[in-house]
Amino acid sequence: MMMAEQTVAERTITLEVFRYRPEQESEPTFQTYEIPYREDWVVLDALNYIKDSVDGSLTYRWSCRMGVCGSCGMMVNGVPKLTCSTFLKDYYPRPIRIEPLANFPVARDLAIVLDDFMAKLVHVRPWIIRRQEEPLEAGEYRQTPEELDRYKHFSMCINCMLCYAACPIYGLEPEFVGPAAVALAQRYNLDSRDQGGRERMGILSTHEGIWACTLVGECTTVCPAEVDPAAAIQQAKLASALGWLRRVLVPWGNK
Amino acid sequence: MRAYSRPTEFNWWLTNRTYFFFVVRELTSVLIAAYMVFLLVLLRRLAAGPEAYAAYLRFLGSPGMLLFHLVALAAALYHSITWFRLAPMAITLRVRGRRVPGATVVAANYAAWLVVSLVVAWIVLRS
Repeated sequence: MMMAEQTVAERTITLEVFRYRPEQESEPTFQTYEIPYREDWVVLDALNYIKDSVDGSLTYRWSCRMGVCGSCGMMVNGVPKLTCSTFLKDYYPRPIRIEPLANFPVARDLAIVLDDFMAKLVHVRPWIIRRQEEPLEAGEYRQTPEELDRYKHFSMCINCMLCYAACPIYGLEPEFVGPAAVALAQRYNLDSRDQGGRERMGILSTHEGIWACTLVGECTTVCPAEVDPAAAIQQAKLASALGWLRRVLVPWGNK
Repeated sequence: MRAYSRPTEFNWWLTNRTYFFFVVRELTSVLIAAYMVFLLVLLRRLAAGPEAYAAYLRFLGSPGMLLFHLVALAAALYHSITWFRLAPMAITLRVRGRRVPGATVVAANYAAWLVVSLVVAWIVLRS
């Protein structure tokens, strides 16, 4: 028993970690760490091991370590992943290269600057808009399970930004409002309690809005919450095109 | 704070299978556009008279042009097949409160494509 445990403890895995320390270097470097390999460890466990036992200067974001908070997104061998649900055993014995999420500026090591995403999120007005708020005594806005079903999967977004790191359009055209923001806008457009669809469409139906998207589809592939942002953008395009047709062809359609 | 920016590399579309096949689908449009140019020239030759038309048909029958048309056909098929496969993303139909499955939407698109192709083939080949 002792022997077996020792053999297991001796197995190691190599992590090549992106380092950027703005106060001491102008270009990023890769630092290699050889750390113990455990079959039940995820990439985030390995980073925590480095931070606790090898190199306390390594900087990265994490919080819930169970795929809910959306803070620990990084590039793992070039693919955007939540590091809390990416197991070492899927890569072992090959080395793992860890980089900050692509398409975002790097603040330090594996931590990105997320101001642009935050601004875009607010820009699409992702909240219930009413022409006139009902008084409190009128009660709650009621909704049937079918009405909830229309938008529910778009509401599961955890704002992890993996879809932005996967989107080559966002990389090439940083003005693009991006997958998660459109998915959230669409979540409210499809909500039976909302009346802000027209206002939101004015923001979405622009080049920087939905029309920059050329449907690469990788946002949906990497999404850890099964939101399907690519579908949200295509549905918004269809709604926008039909709205335009109605305005052009039907004189009384512009109500 | 001095943030470090990493611009997208020129070869971004070679780094991932999905990116590569996406760019292939976009590039098929170039072949389809080239095919349209030859088709438009064909119409002009037809208007110029029977001799011009026959000469152009001989040109189109040359091995190089046959090869081009085969490649353009393959490109058009690849584009159409992958395009219709994406239809369920944009089209969400509901029948009696339930969402119509994506496979049904794709099948309906393929069926409509087949019917239109058969009608066009019938018009072209009936003489």
